[in-house]
Amino acid sequence: MKQILTVANKEFHDGLRNRWFISITLIFAILSLGLAYYGTAVSGSVGVASLSSTIASLASLAVFLIPLIALLVSYDSFVGEQESGTLLLLLTYPISKTQLLLGKFVGQGSIIALATLLGFGASAGMLGYQQGYANVLPAFSLFIGSAILLGLSFTAIAYSISLLVSEKSKAAGLALILWFLFALVFDLALLAVLVSTEDVVSQSGLTQLMMLNPADIFRLVNFAGLESADVNGALAVAINSSISQGQLFALLGAWVIGPLLIAIFIFRTRKL
Amino acid sequence: MDNIIVELTGASKTYRQLDALKQIDLSLPEGQVLGLFGHNGAGKTTMMKLILGVISPSAGKVSVFGKSPDSKEAWHLREKVGYLPENVSFYEHLTGLEVLTYFARLKGYNKKAALALLEQVGLTHAMKRQVKTYSKGMRQRLGLAQAFLGEPKLLLLDEPTVGLDPIATKEFYQTVDQLKTQGASIILCSHVLPGVEQHIDRAMIMSGGQQLAIGTLSELRQQAALKVSIKPTGLNGSLLQDTQLAQYWCADSDALLVPEDNKVEVLRQLLAYEHVNDVAVSPASLNQLYQFYLDQKVAVKEAN
Repeated sequence: MKQILTVANKEFHDGLRNRWFISITLIFAILSLGLAYYGTAVSGSVGVASLSSTIASLASLAVFLIPLIALLVSYDSFVGEQESGTLLLLLTYPISKTQLLLGKFVGQGSIIALATLLGFGASAGMLGYQQGYANVLPAFSLFIGSAILLGLSFTAIAYSISLLVSEKSKAAGLALILWFLFALVFDLALLAVLVSTEDVVSQSGLTQLMMLNPADIFRLVNFAGLESADVNGALAVAINSSISQGQLFALLGAWVIGPLLIAIFIFRTRKL
Repeated sequence: MDNIIVELTGASKTYRQLDALKQIDLSLPEGQVLGLFGHNGAGKTTMMKLILGVISPSAGKVSVFGKSPDSKEAWHLREKVGYLPENVSFYEHLTGLEVLTYFARLKGYNKKAALALLEQVGLTHAMKRQVKTYSKGMRQRLGLAQAFLGEPKLLLLDEPTVGLDPIATKEFYQTVDQLKTQGASIILCSHVLPGVEQHIDRAMIMSGGQQLAIGTLSELRQQAALKVSIKPTGLNGSLLQDTQLAQYWCADSDALLVPEDNKVEVLRQLLAYEHVNDVAVSPASLNQLYQFYLDQKVAVKEAN
């Protein structure tokens, strides 16, 4: 445990030092405050948007941003250390591969989690002040909690990428492709399947397919409790399914643990 | 019986089609310094990785402190091992002190230990500067401080003097000698041969993953039958008139090249000359031995 904390402490401070933490926090804070205040601008008025539409807008943006940021923070975690020679050196120390990976995960995950909490928490604080914390806090807790899990999931996915390749540039390219697939292509493909096969894919079948993408689970968690006017498309169909929010959270958690276990397996079998 | 720290028995490592290491036998007792010499791709780093337990042998056995280094049982023994990789580039954005404190903590030591080592390698003045501002020599000294963490009982140093100025090199060898006196076993891996001779107990010469020779320098000299260079001064040509000594004369090296067995006899003869001012005796250097064994390997290969 001490070894994990030592690595986590270094990674966390690296995140603070190279401005990842402050950048992510600022991006999230500006976005969430902007959406909360000016989210109604499209309808011709300026003012505080409803909680439901604010969460819907935030979730729609976060689903693209968080995976991208998590991948950017973590894609070179291992391949970068391998290129500089410190990975080999670290493995001659009394630290196991699993401890090293978990240490990095705790450190970088903390950066993403804390930035998400503070960045989106800013608008929660502001909205709560105006609309009452009793309504705002539960909705935002759900949103921030799921956003953190989404970030952690893509951090773990980035580790697998970082451990599979031998060059930093390849890891960056692969991370970008994965982001593109998960954030954009997957939903388009799903929509195409839904439209082209009509009744072949049932509602439950569609929902099950969505579980193959952590970004979609994040969307479902956040859109499930919203007013139907804020949600449309394939999501609206899926939301009507029987999966509870607790189950969705558990699935998102599985999308953190699963890729993490895969990354550990790759690391342990990897030749140096 | 000596306490054996590292033992390799028929150790081999194969990567797909490539035999990186073939049938290596080695035993390194406590407090001994082994020089590991070979050109690029000779298998030195692979051998170090095997000893460190970072990779496992494809065949044969590796034992460090009596345990297989890639096993879980040997895990805690890593605290007693120091390693300096070749061309390591530490975390550039961290300061020297932060880098060393990080590694110290992983070995169970605190910042104090890092500070003491930075002082030992002469980096105290730059310890609060980011590593990216360090010169090559300073980086190497930081690497050495990292390897010396926790007074290791086994040190593996890959090209430790690369980038070091003569003073830092001298200080480095002083530390090596000191650690050896304290009972540490050291493997020095190098392409740079001059200067290393007086600090090693034994040498191992490798090429193409094979062990070409191993032994003390005098054993290797004897085995190679390389001649001793004897250079007298003050004789002004009278040497060539001596038929017994003239047979050893080599104009290229401007010295007598004498077989080891005849050395004392030739020295006696030289000292009998009234005008002799000085006699410089140089046994075959490590560089010559290294070259001899490499040439021998090439000759055997060509003969086959």
